[in-house]
Amino acid sequence: MSSATDLTQDFEELSNLGRAWRRFLRNPAAVIGALIVISVVVAAVLAPLLAPHPGHAGSFVDFRNRHIAPSFAHVMGTDNVGRDIFSRVLFGYRVSLLLVVGVLGVAVPLGVLFGLLAGYFAGVVETAFMGFTNVMLAMPPLVMALAITAVLSPDLVNSMIAITCLWWTWHCRLVYRVTKSVAAEDFVEAARLAGASHFHVLFRELLPNCTAAISVKTTLDAGFVILFGASLSFLGLGVQPPTPDLGTMVASGAQFLPEMWWEAVMPGLAILYAILGFNLLGDGLRDMMDVEI
Amino acid sequence: MIASYLARRAIGFVFVLFGLSVVIFVVARVVPGDPARIALGPLATAEQVAQLQQEMGFDKPAIVQYVDYLGRVLHGNFGRSLLTNRPVSADIVEALPATLELVLFTLLLIVLVAVPAGVLAARWHNTWVDNTSRLLSLLGVVTPGFVVALVLQLFASLFHFFPLTGRLSPNLGFIADITRLVLVDSLLKGRFDVFADALSHIFLPSLALSAAGIGQVMRITRSSMLDVARRDHVETLRSFGVPDWLITIKYMLRLAATAPLTILGLEFASLMGNAFIVELVFAWPGFASYGVRAILSKDFNAVMAVVLMSGLFFVVANLLIDLLIGIMDPRLRIRRT
Repeated sequence: MSSATDLTQDFEELSNLGRAWRRFLRNPAAVIGALIVISVVVAAVLAPLLAPHPGHAGSFVDFRNRHIAPSFAHVMGTDNVGRDIFSRVLFGYRVSLLLVVGVLGVAVPLGVLFGLLAGYFAGVVETAFMGFTNVMLAMPPLVMALAITAVLSPDLVNSMIAITCLWWTWHCRLVYRVTKSVAAEDFVEAARLAGASHFHVLFRELLPNCTAAISVKTTLDAGFVILFGASLSFLGLGVQPPTPDLGTMVASGAQFLPEMWWEAVMPGLAILYAILGFNLLGDGLRDMMDVEI
Repeated sequence: MIASYLARRAIGFVFVLFGLSVVIFVVARVVPGDPARIALGPLATAEQVAQLQQEMGFDKPAIVQYVDYLGRVLHGNFGRSLLTNRPVSADIVEALPATLELVLFTLLLIVLVAVPAGVLAARWHNTWVDNTSRLLSLLGVVTPGFVVALVLQLFASLFHFFPLTGRLSPNLGFIADITRLVLVDSLLKGRFDVFADALSHIFLPSLALSAAGIGQVMRITRSSMLDVARRDHVETLRSFGVPDWLITIKYMLRLAATAPLTILGLEFASLMGNAFIVELVFAWPGFASYGVRAILSKDFNAVMAVVLMSGLFFVVANLLIDLLIGIMDPRLRIRRT
């Protein structure tokens, strides 16, 4: 390849990226989503620095300051043992994001790999993988996750395992669908005729065609994994106290409704905020990359 | 044509149910603790544990246990619950109608709210109607079910308009023994007071449960209607001067309905899951409290039955929806596999 074509290629890629970026900036919902996601990540990473009472994250007790309504001293109020809810929410985001990274870090590569294999190799591989995937998809995920966490005894790592077991199937099906439609195209045939290995076709020809869909789905998923994890711990089958998990906080705050409403509502809103961010960002990316999920 | 379509769906259905039973069995088999020991408590002697193990077949190889299990399940026998010390099937029969009623009523609520809202949003595309409904659907999708449930409880306790918990007021002396669904049975027996009471009880839990589904279905209905609006036949009908409402309902909605129906079928799974949460918050006497207790106490048989029944309902619901789609859109009977 001559350097001239290289240059045009670079230029085209750049302007494509630039166009996409401008389209993204023109979409206010997507920008708000991105800002929310950034704020959640910053809150989680810098929680020890940002939290007004970092010590309240664990099993801290201060009965004189329990059940204080939101005020300047405690913007989200305090809980039933006098811990600052805002500080606990910041640390709660750590747990939520840890869950997201743990689950999607395993489930996405796994689902993508199986989806590629099933979409590219027809016959037995396809039937086996997609049959298994469809069976997994036929189970109500929350019920199944409940059963798995219970079998493994509830804690953070086991909720990760339970959610991962169910989550890879969605990516598998998505990648399978994209691969299946792309695999029939001429360039794949051409690559094979030119002597490319299956490995090359799978990861250099087919995978790049899936990346847009995968990244949009992964962004949307981040929010839903947070929701899922919070639901598990709300039922007492996820992260156990005193670890500051948002779902657990809502559940323990719910005992003091309606008088001490902030104890359940504030962590609840914190969950909503994070999910909203990932959802808006994901939708924005979908419009920008123009993919169907 | 419809018969072969049905046959294909039914074969897939059996296959999925079989797979479901295998997966559930494998999950339950890896219980780290000894189910017999858990059931009998720490004071039981080794002989007692061994005897219960033998009684429940925990000492046989996994494959034999599975075949035994499948055979029993096919006869509606889920074994004995270690928790309630009754047959699991009896517990299920007691708890299931309440959950089913909640989920079915929620599906109805979703369809009645989301489809018209989606149609209106598409009709007045990019106006305040559209923007409001899109914002609401976004909120519905991103708000966790338990937050919606708690907020509804909060409002209900402030305004005393709806009962906070339960399925029926205790003083009515009504037994739902025909279909076991209170809403249906009260109508069949002509007890309208009971019907009104049941309706006021089911409203809040079902609203909490429907939030996410309403958001999803509304979104899909809107985009699908917008898609159909661009088709040639709609253009033609318009130029012939066919009234707008007739085009929308008769010629657009029927075509556009397949996408929201499919979503509704998938939504059924999260309804079954979220029902656990909503039932706990509203003290709804269904599957959830039983399921959660069974899970916490590692009640093997009960957990497997709960998961299997939830899966069964999901699969059946999707089969019915596929059928409905097949009836509504004849082209799909050929194409769908």
